[in-house]
Amino acid sequence: MNTTVAGISYRAVIGRRRIWLLLLLPLVLIGLAVLLRLVGSADEATAGTLLSTFAIGTMLPLTGLIAGTGVIGPEIDDGTIVHLLAKPIPRPVIALTKFLVAASLLAVFAALPTYVAAWLLVRNEENIAVGFGLGALVGGIAYAAVFLLLGTLTRHAVTIGLAYALVWEGLVGGLVPGARQFSVQQWANAIADRLSGSAFVGTDVTLGFAIPALIIVTVGALLWTGQRLRSFSVTGDE
Amino acid sequence: MTAQAVPTPPATGPATVELRQVSRWYGNVVAVNDVTMTIGPGVTGLLGPNGAGKSTLLNMMAGFLAPSGGTLSLNGRPVWRNHDIYRLIGLVPEREAVYGFLTGWQFVLSSAKLHRLPDPVEAARRALATVEMEAAKDRRIETYSKGMRQRVKVAAAMVHDPQVLLLDEPFNGMDPRQRLHLMDLVKAMGAAGKTIVFSSHILEEVERVAGHIEVMVAGRHAASGDFREIRRRMTDRPHLFKVRSSDDRRLAAALIADASAGAVSLAGTGLEVQAVDFRRFTWLLPRVARDAGVRVWEVSPADEDLESVFSYLITRST
Repeated sequence: MNTTVAGISYRAVIGRRRIWLLLLLPLVLIGLAVLLRLVGSADEATAGTLLSTFAIGTMLPLTGLIAGTGVIGPEIDDGTIVHLLAKPIPRPVIALTKFLVAASLLAVFAALPTYVAAWLLVRNEENIAVGFGLGALVGGIAYAAVFLLLGTLTRHAVTIGLAYALVWEGLVGGLVPGARQFSVQQWANAIADRLSGSAFVGTDVTLGFAIPALIIVTVGALLWTGQRLRSFSVTGDE
Repeated sequence: MTAQAVPTPPATGPATVELRQVSRWYGNVVAVNDVTMTIGPGVTGLLGPNGAGKSTLLNMMAGFLAPSGGTLSLNGRPVWRNHDIYRLIGLVPEREAVYGFLTGWQFVLSSAKLHRLPDPVEAARRALATVEMEAAKDRRIETYSKGMRQRVKVAAAMVHDPQVLLLDEPFNGMDPRQRLHLMDLVKAMGAAGKTIVFSSHILEEVERVAGHIEVMVAGRHAASGDFREIRRRMTDRPHLFKVRSSDDRRLAAALIADASAGAVSLAGTGLEVQAVDFRRFTWLLPRVARDAGVRVWEVSPADEDLESVFSYLITRST
């Protein structure tokens, strides 16, 4: 962890008006929760649906994409990353720092709003708020690592990340049960499902699979990012 | 950040960059072809036309590109995948982009902190003073002119007083005053025993600053020497002139009588003269014309662009 790298990364992602990108979906989520509460449909079933499809299914991957690729992608695109890399700092430390920045942003802009929305809907009934809050936190950590890696692998990280989140996790995952096993979103749902006692939250991914998968994906992506940065090349325009 | 152990200070001895048979290719395209050179203290100019492989070479020296073949080292240590080497290196990349949301002061200070200097504030202050950017240091970099950005990049690169400074086309886009100032700065650092390499496609620029010149053409190391040597090799070559006159045929006959004209041909639009001895030919032409009673309307060098000068150099070096 390097505080100077972290400081620059935070400013790059949330500086100026870019924070609104991260705030948009959490505000929609909380707004929906408030609305449901006001019209009196804040029951367990509605909460389960809203949290698993919108909070975990939409807000978490999209926010993850903004934060994960945002802490490194633009810097690689415009070449400013060289300022950080041409320093006597091990590159994996830079990768780790960027990851921690992205993960902390997701804790604030995804996990916390998920908890707040759940609490607004059903208070702490059946541990739903805690379950989804934790699920979003752990899923957010994995997304941070995966999308950070994606940001170092390709200039089209946002497009590919969107395709993964929407097509693979959303569409294919909805139709093909097997695909659900390989979906960060489903792993996050599995945690929410097991922690809350609600019958309205369901997933066919077991905790025994989800937890090792989350750890392997996160650690693996992080190590790979470190290696990518160690071999970071500037090819120039020639 | 504050309680960290102060790392060993950078070595203060002279630094040597050594390239041995270094090549770099991208697929079928060879960007740098079998370059061997040793660069020691003082200012070395890397001269060549655009696309000659200068940036590729500098990127390899800076550890931002792996050589496809050969070895590249700094004081005997490899540069590629060796983050420790940056204690010795300051890098000023060609790309203009810097963190626009930071002020000049924050940018240079961040560089000092990333180097874990014992007194980053003092180091940043000194570096900004060296490039005369104190007045604008509290403005965001995005408000800077191109020359100011360049200077703040130089300040960030030299904040740790590196033994080696690598600059990619550093004078591009600067106004004349800023250019002169940066040139003086680079010269002074070279005189102080730093090893400085900068790339440029402008001979005059390199001549002014560099004590030593390495010429790159089409990925190959075409020539090496001080500027007098390079200048001589560039002027001491057959020159091609286009001449238009009142009587081309008569002028052609008069010119070919002298040994300084190697070949004369009549083209539709005038004469093409291959001058073997540049100085004698330029002295000779007006006199011959006058004696022959021919009026010369136009004399223009047909191959004065850098590209053809360089390609001549490379055909001679092989």
